Amino acid sequence: MEASKVIHAIYTDDDVLMSAVKKVKAEKHHIEEIYTPFPVHGLDKAMGLAPTRIAITAFMYGLVGLTVAIVMMNFIMIEDWPQNIGGKPSFSYIENMPAFVPIMFELTVFFAAHLMVITFYLRSRMWPFKKAENPDPRTTDDHFLMEIAVHGNEGELESLLKDTGAVEINLVDKEAH
Amino acid sequence: MYTFSKKLKTFSIILMVLGALGVGYGFMTSHKSFEEVEHMLAEEEHHGGGHGEAAVHHEETTDDTHAADSHGEEAHSGDAHAEHVEHVMHQVHNRPWSALYVAAFFFMMIALGVLAFYAIQIASQAGWSPVLFRVMEGITAYLLPGGLIVLAIAFFADSHLFIWLKEGMTVEGHENYDKLVAGKAGWLNKPMFFVRGLIFLGGWVLYRHFSRKFSIAQDTADDNRNFKKSFRIAAGFLVFFIYTESMMSWDWIMSVDPHWFSTLFGWYVFASMFVSGITVIALISLYLKSRGHLEFVNENHLHDVAKFMFAFSIFWTYLWFSQFMLIWYSNIPEEVTYFITRFNDYKLPFLGMVALNFVFPILMLMNADYKRVPWFVVMTGLVILFGHYIDIFNMIMPATVGDRWFIGIPEISSILLFAGLFIFVVFTALTKAPLLVKRYPFRKESEEFHY
Repeated sequence: MEASKVIHAIYTDDDVLMSAVKKVKAEKHHIEEIYTPFPVHGLDKAMGLAPTRIAITAFMYGLVGLTVAIVMMNFIMIEDWPQNIGGKPSFSYIENMPAFVPIMFELTVFFAAHLMVITFYLRSRMWPFKKAENPDPRTTDDHFLMEIAVHGNEGELESLLKDTGAVEINLVDKEAH
Repeated sequence: MYTFSKKLKTFSIILMVLGALGVGYGFMTSHKSFEEVEHMLAEEEHHGGGHGEAAVHHEETTDDTHAADSHGEEAHSGDAHAEHVEHVMHQVHNRPWSALYVAAFFFMMIALGVLAFYAIQIASQAGWSPVLFRVMEGITAYLLPGGLIVLAIAFFADSHLFIWLKEGMTVEGHENYDKLVAGKAGWLNKPMFFVRGLIFLGGWVLYRHFSRKFSIAQDTADDNRNFKKSFRIAAGFLVFFIYTESMMSWDWIMSVDPHWFSTLFGWYVFASMFVSGITVIALISLYLKSRGHLEFVNENHLHDVAKFMFAFSIFWTYLWFSQFMLIWYSNIPEEVTYFITRFNDYKLPFLGMVALNFVFPILMLMNADYKRVPWFVVMTGLVILFGHYIDIFNMIMPATVGDRWFIGIPEISSILLFAGLFIFVVFTALTKAPLLVKRYPFRKESEEFHY
């Protein structure tokens, strides 16, 4: 159930934000989202976000790249047309393997890097002409914004957030995305 | 203050005694006369079947052509046979020397690798590593005895290790005359070899002495003068080190194959010593921590050391492969023989070390969580150390014992002997100073380091 109203609490310091997150979590309120102008170390831990699995995908993409390189070079250089090029042994893949290693390495890195970046874009829903999801333009400059869903407990939440050092607390209708 | 536990001391002494006995046994059994070797070869031909016969055959044909070249029609199989037996006899005689030398160099290079790592940590003003400085200083205490032992073995082994020291190699008209070696005699001659060796070792030990002195003085100082001094000498040492390490690798290792040369050899040896050194830092830190002596070392420090083990294993592989692939690709006869002997006679160690030093660490240490698990790092570290022993083995043995290699009593005993000495010297040095630097400017940062 998507909450129709949310509270935007705005902070001007990342340390204050961090302690606010801890307090809000301690009171068992669900933080929908936090907008910051730069990475705040430890914020994901404080919010209790699950660790990323993107490194695992990169490892698997690398294996795909390695396989592509091996299959490709084996087909082209060994199976399809095993020419004698400058006396290089083309009887089997392993005999000519050292010559293929630079390609195997580069394709592993290429696949791992590019596919991981694309995965990142897809999972973070980023693409050109994407409408920016920015509730307050100041959060790209020097303000921090915590968004908390409201379930008819505005008063209680507002006083809690005031205590945590929020400089501004707004009750807003959430736009449907 | 750390005290050398009785158990470990006894253990190291047992290692040394066992090792010394085995080394002695190796020397006693290698003194084979011409007739004994001849008999041994005949036995091998009967029992060994395929391999022995093929090797003998091969030797004989090459000897024949060689003889034919130099003496025209006079060559006959008796000559070739005698030459072959003599050749094998030398290899048999060389084996205990080479085994001793490989192990001695291996432990010396660990201390040297750690010294370079230590200097880099100081020169780069690393904030994570100062809690490990005393462990590193302890390990580098082995450098002086270890380096002198390597030089002493080189001195007494003489032409058993370094063929260019054989009599008459540079004398024109002598039966041992070798034009290529004679051409290199300006660099490869006995007095210069030891003068250079002592200069290298002297420079390293001097740095080790002063860095240790300033490190201990900094503990009780009331300003940072010692820290600044140690920073300056670290920078100077690193310049000196990279030149001398390179030359040391030509002298102490590459010259066992005096006909062969490779430009990146110095780097390759450096990579090997660096990764072994870092691994030993990890192992000794984990040992001390498990005994409760390094409570300020946490899993984040371990994580960083393991990252270095991982990265420098890959660096080693990069250099190993670059050296191999360039020579394999161009296939120039004077260079490629180096790898052909290794490929023909040392297939398992030669390819096995790539698995041990590359495949194993890359798969084991890639995961960030695994790098924080002590037993995991210890296991991987032992594999890496074994792999780099095999690496040194592969550098020396093919030139001295050829296809007569085996990892038997002389090799294992030499490892035990120097492992015992290494443990004894390193842990004795660790008792000489507190295990945590006291007034080092980055100490607090290092203690609170987390990743």
